[in-house]
Amino acid sequence: MRHLVSAISGGLFGLGLLISGMTDTAKVQGWLDLFGQWDPTLAFVLGGAILPMLLAWRVAARRKVSVVGDAFPTMPEPLIDGRLLTGSVLFGAGWALAGFCPGPAIASVTWGGLGGVVFVIAMIGGMVLSTFVGKRRLAAA
Amino acid sequence: MSLSSIPSDWILGLAGGLVIGLSAAILLLGNARILGASGILGSIVEGSEPDSATERLWFLGALIGVPGIAVLIFGAPQTNVSGDLPLLVLAGVLVGLGTRLANGCTSGHGVCGMSRFSWRSIVSTLVYLAAGIVVMFVARNILGVL
Repeated sequence: MRHLVSAISGGLFGLGLLISGMTDTAKVQGWLDLFGQWDPTLAFVLGGAILPMLLAWRVAARRKVSVVGDAFPTMPEPLIDGRLLTGSVLFGAGWALAGFCPGPAIASVTWGGLGGVVFVIAMIGGMVLSTFVGKRRLAAA
Repeated sequence: MSLSSIPSDWILGLAGGLVIGLSAAILLLGNARILGASGILGSIVEGSEPDSATERLWFLGALIGVPGIAVLIFGAPQTNVSGDLPLLVLAGVLVGLGTRLANGCTSGHGVCGMSRFSWRSIVSTLVYLAAGIVVMFVARNILGVL
C-alpha cells in the first residue's frame, strides 16, 4: 500500500510538472526575470499546487493518522537560522542559473539531453557536499 | 477578459499545478509524508532514513518513468537546457547543496510548507525567490551569461 501510494504520487507529480511547463527551463528563468520579459506562469503553477494542499492539511488536522496508519508530520519549530537562509540563497542562485529545481530536473531526465543529466549528477554531488557542512538538519519542512 | 484571451500557458500551469498539489495531498494523506523532491532524493543519496528508502525509490521511479512514458507517446517538450556544461555543474551543485541546507525546495517548502503556513517554509520561499531574481538580473543584464 505504502509503495503504491508513493508510486501514484510520484507519477502524478511528474505529470503535473510536465503539464505545467515547469520542465522548460526557459519558462522558469522567465519567471525569475522580473525586470525583463517576465513570465508569470509559475505563479499559476504554485497557486494551483497550494490549493489541494490547503485542503489536505485541513483533512490531516481532523484525523489522527494517515491511510497507512502513520502520524502526520508535526509543524517544525519556527527556527530561522543561518542554515535555512544560506541554503535558500544558494538554491535560488542555482535555480536561476539553470532554470531547474529538483523536481522538474529529475522528472525530465529522460528527455532533457546531456545538460539535464549533467545537472542532476551535479545536484546529487551538491547533496553529498551538504553532509559535510555543519550539524545535521532539523525535521522536514 | 474572455477565456480565450487567457494565455494557454497560464491555464496549463494552473492545471499542472493542481495535479502537483493532488500528488502532494495523496502522499500526505496516504503515507503521512511531505512531498519534497530534494528531501526524497537527498535522503537516498545520503543514506539517511534507510527504513523508508524503498518507498522513496518507488516515488522517484514513477517521477522519472511516468512523464518519460507520456513523452514517448505525445512527444518531448522543450527543456531549453543550457549548453554550457560548467554552468550547469555550478547550478546543480548550488541547488543540491542549497536545498539540503535549507531542508526543502520548491515542492517541500513552496507547496507543502507554505500551504500549512510553516514560518520556515515561507521565509525560505521568499529568500530563494529573491535570490533567484537577483542572480537572474545580474547574470542576464550585467554579466550577460544567460
